[in-house]
Amino acid sequence: MSQLSEEFLVAAAQKSADLTHRSTIKRNMDSYDTAVAKGQTRFADWEAARARSAQVKSEGIRNLASLLETFETKIIARGGHVYWAENSEDARQYICDVAQRNNVKTVVKSKSMVTEEIHLSPALEKLGMTVWETDLGELIVQLRKEPPYHIVTPAMHLTREQIRDLFLEKIPDDVHGETHQELVSAARRFLRRAFFSAEMGISGANFLVADAGMVAISTNEGNGRLTTSLPRIHVVVTGIEKVIPRLEDLGVLWPVLATTGTGQPITTYSTLIGGPKTADEIDGPEEFHVVLVDNGRTEVLADEAQQELLRCIRCGACLNKCPVYRQVGGHTYKSIYPGPIGSALMPIFDGVKEYGHLSYACSLCTACNSVCPVKIKLSDHLLENRRKYVAEGDARLSEKIGFAGFRWAAMSAKRFAFFGWAGRKVLRGALAIGLSPHALGPLATWTKYRAVAAVPKDSFRALWRKQNGTH
Amino acid sequence: MDKRVALFIPCFVDQMQPQIGLDTVTVLRRLGYKVEYPEDQTCCGQPGFNTGQWDAARPCAERFVKVFRDCEQIVCPSGSCTSMVRTHYPELLKDSTLRDEAVALGKRTFELSEFLVRIAGVSDVGAEFNHSVTYHPSCHATRELGIYEEPLTLLSRVKGLDLRLMKDASECCGFGGMFSTKFGMISSAMGETKVANIESTGAEYVTAVDPSCLMHLDGVLRFKNHTPKAIHIASILAQEAR
Repeated sequence: MSQLSEEFLVAAAQKSADLTHRSTIKRNMDSYDTAVAKGQTRFADWEAARARSAQVKSEGIRNLASLLETFETKIIARGGHVYWAENSEDARQYICDVAQRNNVKTVVKSKSMVTEEIHLSPALEKLGMTVWETDLGELIVQLRKEPPYHIVTPAMHLTREQIRDLFLEKIPDDVHGETHQELVSAARRFLRRAFFSAEMGISGANFLVADAGMVAISTNEGNGRLTTSLPRIHVVVTGIEKVIPRLEDLGVLWPVLATTGTGQPITTYSTLIGGPKTADEIDGPEEFHVVLVDNGRTEVLADEAQQELLRCIRCGACLNKCPVYRQVGGHTYKSIYPGPIGSALMPIFDGVKEYGHLSYACSLCTACNSVCPVKIKLSDHLLENRRKYVAEGDARLSEKIGFAGFRWAAMSAKRFAFFGWAGRKVLRGALAIGLSPHALGPLATWTKYRAVAAVPKDSFRALWRKQNGTH
Repeated sequence: MDKRVALFIPCFVDQMQPQIGLDTVTVLRRLGYKVEYPEDQTCCGQPGFNTGQWDAARPCAERFVKVFRDCEQIVCPSGSCTSMVRTHYPELLKDSTLRDEAVALGKRTFELSEFLVRIAGVSDVGAEFNHSVTYHPSCHATRELGIYEEPLTLLSRVKGLDLRLMKDASECCGFGGMFSTKFGMISSAMGETKVANIESTGAEYVTAVDPSCLMHLDGVLRFKNHTPKAIHIASILAQEAR
């Protein structure tokens, strides 16, 4: 068992029992569910929109190389730079070089999971730069020195009171009141100064539009636009799988992303950016870079069984619907991408040995499959990862022996019936003499959380024979 | 023509919940079916399949196909085990010589309520159950097999039964096979969330088409002395109307 796996078990046990956490998350998820259900009714045919989204993203992935090249050509023609980063280190190094070359002191960031994935902020900070997250939720978790709790709503685990106390401690001069609106204003006051002082803005990308050579960014707070237009340098950091063929594809992807992300008809600020400021423009960055991050994605692409995972548009729907996520929360996973999509991707990105346990931490309820806007069958990928985990020899020895024994017994009805009979006999005997179920070894993992079931004397097989005679 | 069905009794029902099997027989016989039980059956292989132990699962699946190959219609009092055969055998047996036969077998293997309503065309099985009942739409039956209306149709025609719908009905109960023991704390927390939704209906019973979910829910309900009881749909339908 990996270190991460043991940590997961401990954290999951704690969070599952934390009723305050459970009710905070439930309240947020309930309002999300209501908003999404309402949002879906705005579509003439929601299922058709899902199918089309899946189709567009598949097309993007199947033609990844050529679409990215088209995108690159357009960006370069407008005076922008495109860097193909093979892994995290490569991407970090490029961005740090750009920052150092330009003598950057302050960096503002709009929300980007890929920058979390490549651990960018710590690298910039190590070089003496100040980095500010400008998405409200991201700023809150940054001030708390926490990773994001959720890929769309990073601070959903916190209450207004917790945020008020945090702001009073960290940015007291900007706090003028305690209402939701006042707290937002405090963050805005604080962030305005950051925006005006920053020499570099770093953003993610929701989509890379190949035919137009444009980066599409959706934000709700306008921080994306300030990040990408105020500082002298703008760096887009994005996974290579974000590319889509045509500008018109946004016609379906933008509303679908907004609907499954938050229930909105469309995200408040939907921005398209194609390069640095031109000679006749007054706004915009002088330098424009796009860093295309691979970091394991081409490996996913090469595996036909799992490449559909690259369709993911990071909307968070699978996290929100996941009953496991709802119990254990986002931090328990200790992975950049929590919830079903993370449990499917992390073992591929960072190895089943390290993250395989996440693929097992799922009841296979398939609720995630039913809500994914690009129709990824997430549970199939968790099963596939489990198969790999076993194939690579990472399963516990006791489990291997157990299944080998089970298989042997199941190859004969007589053996199967005998072992069933013997097992029940032992169990009944133990319970009859008042032995605590916890003493029953492996069974304790069941009885620790549940009352013991009554153990029947006869199996169905035996009762059937009694009633119908032996054949 | 003889009305004839073969029973597929999941291994844990055989061992731990035999009454559900007997009740399934009672309901089918009342409707005039001749019921067979191929005694050579053991396990469909789902535990191994779900755990990544495909080498343990595959022989079980191949054996299942051979045991049931001559049966015209197969009925199973579990959505999850039915779905294993119908939804997952094609993948598990993709390199097996028995693959095509498995695909065909999946199409004639039915979950009990699905069989009664869709195949037998019955909605009133002549049962009586004078209690309030809420229905838990178990995951594999609902999302993998598309079974939702069928059990509700059957329950709504049971004499004396007061059917109550619960909130967030299609959210998982937390069982999930080996998940329930590997991650007992998450599983039971999910169970408690489900129990809260069951209790808020005020129903005396929670029913489902899946014995495994009910075994887990029964354990969670009794662990903290909650009032509602878990009962399989077959056990309700088996209570003959007077």
